[in-house]
Amino acid sequence: MKILAFAEQREGKFKKSAFEVTQAAKKIADQLSCELVTLVVGDAIESICAELAPYGAGRVVAAQDARLRLYSTTAYAKIVAETAKREGATILFFPASQMGKDLAPRVAAKLDGGLVPDCTALRVEGGEVIAMRPVYAGKAFVEMHATSPVKLFTLRPNVFTASPMNGAGVTVEKASVELDASDFRAKVAAVKIAEGRPDVTEASIIVSGGRGMKGPENFHLVETLADVLGGGVGASRAVVDAGWRPHDEQVGQTGKTVSPSLYIACGISGAVQHLAGMSSSKYIVAVNKDKDAPIFQVADYGIVGDVFEILPALTAELKKALGK
Amino acid sequence: MKIIICVNHVPDTETKVKIGGDAKSIDKAGVNFTLNPYDEIAIEAGLKLKEKFTGETIALTLGGDASKETLRKALAMGVDKAMLLKDDGIRDSSSVAYAIAETLKTLSPDCVLFGKQSIDYAGEQLPGLVAELLNLPSVSVIVKLDAQDGKLVCEREIEGGHEVVETMFPVVLSTQKGLNEPRYPTLKGIMAAKTKPIEERPAPAAAAKVEVRAMSKPPAKAAGKIIGSDVSAVPELVRLLHEEAKVI
Repeated sequence: MKILAFAEQREGKFKKSAFEVTQAAKKIADQLSCELVTLVVGDAIESICAELAPYGAGRVVAAQDARLRLYSTTAYAKIVAETAKREGATILFFPASQMGKDLAPRVAAKLDGGLVPDCTALRVEGGEVIAMRPVYAGKAFVEMHATSPVKLFTLRPNVFTASPMNGAGVTVEKASVELDASDFRAKVAAVKIAEGRPDVTEASIIVSGGRGMKGPENFHLVETLADVLGGGVGASRAVVDAGWRPHDEQVGQTGKTVSPSLYIACGISGAVQHLAGMSSSKYIVAVNKDKDAPIFQVADYGIVGDVFEILPALTAELKKALGK
Repeated sequence: MKIIICVNHVPDTETKVKIGGDAKSIDKAGVNFTLNPYDEIAIEAGLKLKEKFTGETIALTLGGDASKETLRKALAMGVDKAMLLKDDGIRDSSSVAYAIAETLKTLSPDCVLFGKQSIDYAGEQLPGLVAELLNLPSVSVIVKLDAQDGKLVCEREIEGGHEVVETMFPVVLSTQKGLNEPRYPTLKGIMAAKTKPIEERPAPAAAAKVEVRAMSKPPAKAAGKIIGSDVSAVPELVRLLHEEAKVI
């Protein structure tokens, strides 16, 4: 038995999820007493592979090619599936990122394997990898396992730990890459990244605003607080539907599911759809005028007060505390 | 152009989940089912493609008779035909993908559309699985779609931005909020939907590859602390975040 971990990089930089997936895969490999091989796909990525060592990577396979500089579903899927076959890896881990969620199903179909997506916990029981994952946007959890010979898992970002240990060195092996035009029938021509705040699915701190912010013109209070904390900006469905904020900020059952270490909900009442998307945050702070708002039932700390007074005061206090 | 929109009949977002007697799935009693919200975006995208290129739109789902309600909603929005792959059982994503792919092989679509995820299990697997089984290119989580002369330029959402993806028909696409504003069914559309055909076929069978062992409710959270009701509470909040939660 062998395990393959897919370590995601973009632009020659590992995503934090690469370390999370490597470390989670290493823990499972240790429990199953089997080998872990970590796969990195991209262009000119050989030099960064050593960064995986503190997270438990021993052998790293680097599949590099100029045509792989940008992500391509079919080309990446071919490389992952062929590497798994060549290595005899039957358990595969991916991040549940936009890349991993796009890639893993295609690899699963190529290897005829069962995929357990968006896992938030893993354990080994009777030689079997058992995964926990939220369903109904966090209103329930299921315990799942794959019954097929090849088993694939995507791991929700920000949930698994990535803490560097004293790793041994890595050995990096170059994989031969054979690609043709048919592998690029869907081709990424460009990547447009908005400069500035982190995306809510990657941010370790999120400041989110709801209808209690009263209008789009008041969201600078949310943004300023987020910026002081180096966090992302989130929004409730109500304010996105009203056109106050862009869709990509929406947190909840029809938006994004987030697991930051700190979630500050400002003027959000806490409709069940919203709670579903953010209740797995490690710490939740709620600021709301209505003491009966459901958000206070999931908040660790609450202030029953006016967001227009509390947010500027909180921003000022944090600036002081953080020396900004 | 033949456009197939794969839709799903799911518990609505207001649903309060109760665990069923089998301890592996939800108790469906009293639960309202509806057309998956992301699929409305896929339907709108399909209708727009038909408006541009002419052709035919077909809504496809797998499920029991209750799923016909969701197909009728798709028809009411303006889809031409509907097809139900009949199966009352519980399936995993791989066996649903197999049934859909086998059916699509008989339909030879130019464009297969999915909502980016179902709001129930939210696995985001079907578009990729189906595309691979059909050996078609795919673009997931699209927020922009521009089709010209057999070529497509899509933008897909990634962390903090978009990827611009060039591809061609036939193709599998999954749609994300922001791509369009799904139209509401008109009264005329709702009336017309009642007489539009829903073809039923038995769902091709396939073995499951994953298994749910148990379903549980998330652990109940202990009630939090209300620190205060005005700005005087702010320094204490910052202290707690720093010293107790250690998150700043």
